[in-house]
Amino acid sequence: MKVLLPLFAVIALVVLAVVGVKGAHLNGLFGIVIPYAAFVIFLGGMIARVTGWARSPVPFKIPSTCGQQKSLPWIKADNLESPHNTAGVIGRMALEVLFFRSLFRNTQADYRGGDQKLTYGSEKFLWAAGLAFHWTFLYIFLRHLRFFLEPIPFFVPFLEGLDGLLQIGVPRLFMTDLVILAAVTFLVVRRLMLPQVRYISLPADYFPLFLILGIAISGILMRYFIKVDLVGVKALTMSLVTLSPRVPEGPIGSVFYVHLFLISVLFAYFPFSKLVHMGGVFLSPTRNQANNSREVRHVNPWNYPVKHFTYEEYEDEFREVMIGAGLPVDKQADTPAETAE
Amino acid sequence: MMLYDAGKIIAGLVIFAAFFTVPFWYGGGKTSEMPKLELTAQARQAGQCVEPKERMRQDHMQLLDDWRDAAVRDGNRTYTSSTGKSYTVSLQNTCMDCHSNKDKFCDRCHGYMGVSQLYCWDCHLDPTEEKTVWASTDGNS
Ligand code: HEC
Ligand code: HEC
Ligand code: HEC
Repeated sequence: MKVLLPLFAVIALVVLAVVGVKGAHLNGLFGIVIPYAAFVIFLGGMIARVTGWARSPVPFKIPSTCGQQKSLPWIKADNLESPHNTAGVIGRMALEVLFFRSLFRNTQADYRGGDQKLTYGSEKFLWAAGLAFHWTFLYIFLRHLRFFLEPIPFFVPFLEGLDGLLQIGVPRLFMTDLVILAAVTFLVVRRLMLPQVRYISLPADYFPLFLILGIAISGILMRYFIKVDLVGVKALTMSLVTLSPRVPEGPIGSVFYVHLFLISVLFAYFPFSKLVHMGGVFLSPTRNQANNSREVRHVNPWNYPVKHFTYEEYEDEFREVMIGAGLPVDKQADTPAETAE
Repeated sequence: MMLYDAGKIIAGLVIFAAFFTVPFWYGGGKTSEMPKLELTAQARQAGQCVEPKERMRQDHMQLLDDWRDAAVRDGNRTYTSSTGKSYTVSLQNTCMDCHSNKDKFCDRCHGYMGVSQLYCWDCHLDPTEEKTVWASTDGNS
């Protein structure tokens, strides 16, 4: 159920787009209104989420570290594993975002060998597939700028040429198309095959994977198998980004509308799902704080002014009584007139 | 209703928004039109392409691929189109004969669509370079 529900949801979205365009001819809705709405929801949603996090106080200094903290000068500190200044935080964050450094340390527990001993082993496949997936996604995203920018910046044809380096078929096979399919498939299969991972996986984990798989498949179909009118596609996309939306007269092909609709859903879903980690990673206190609690006092922002009653004040108030009861006091009563009596 | 680290948060959000809205401000608000493709006199006289225009537009790469396989693998050098006409299967002598203004036709559309440089002309003769190709060192377009 946890798997089938999101799968059917994505299939339903595909059917919805096909019926909407082929059956009901709602090209304006699927080509203009929904993409615009999705984009606005995406931008607004991301800003709302980020400002929401920024409004939450961080009561403690909680960087998660795995290296020696900076302390005495003769103890060698590791500024990357346990950053004590902003440069260290930026360095660690950059490596995390670009290369998933913490995932590289991923381990897996398993029963191994003849005696079925519980062993912990390094598990790099998730890291490799995750990295491949995220980088190809970025690559494909940038490659798509050819539909959104005019004149097309120099790096877009360069990326395309590099991607089609193998010169297989016409149009040239893009390697990233294969990589993203393989990587997403791995991520789905991993969730299904490993019992522990399957146990903790929710529909919200499968849905984005199926959605992205649907986007990739519809894109690949368009490029290699069910051709669409790319000139019409660019006319539509350029009309959207120049704020003069217009659906081109000729038919574009329903695969394109499926592709566009799934992307719109992805964009609109983004800020409200796990995918928001795109922004969230920068705001996670375990990663964006410097481990400098010995240098800088971290003041809990929700501390309110506490009413003190220090011992000095206590003694001042009860000194006479204390002396009278024979209790020791720090400060003798300073009423010389009284003692003289 | 206060933001902690407001400076950093706002800077981050501005970068985020700027990145995702690039297409909207990149062109400076100008609307964009596809550049006009030019047909040669010969093409205009023929009045039609090998296959109907819509099909050519979407599928000419596929057609070229099929032609290549037909000629090189099966030795089949005549192509009968869906309109019943016969064409010689040849990139240089058929397509580029009619579309000899490659730079104002193929290249213009590819440039607009961001199709990266075709490698076909590494081997096949590019009609716009026919006269210089022997002597020049930069044989590729
Ligand atoms: C109306 C626009 C248009 C015209 C005119 C046009 N093309 Fe294309 N062509 C395209 C598009 C768009 C693609 C890219 C398809 C894709 O990216 O999926 C393409 C791709 C190709 C490819 C495959 C490129 C690759 O990366 O493998 C070849 C080969 C090709 N065109 C040859 C030609 C030739 C030869 C001519 C001139 C006779 C021509 N085209 C004219 C739009 C056009
Ligand atoms: C490595 C060099 C090379 C490259 C690159 C190349 N071809 Fe060819 N092509 C040939 C050769 C050699 C023949 C065979 C010519 C013959 O037998 O007449 C041929 C034949 C063809 C034919 C059929 C016969 C003819 O005369 O046109 C087509 C169509 C064709 N190529 C299309 C393409 C397209 C499209 C591209 C780019 C995507 C391309 N070729 C890239 C070398 C190349
Ligand atoms: C007999 C001359 C002739 C030949 C040969 C020919 N074309 Fe065309 N082509 C035309 C004409 C004329 C048009 C414009 C058709 C129209 O406007 O209806 C055209 C249109 C096209 C278009 C679509 C342009 C657009 O505006 O969308 C493409 C792409 C194209 N040709 C590629 C090719 C390729 C590739 C070949 C070789 C397989 C080829 N042509 C062979 C005459 C020719």
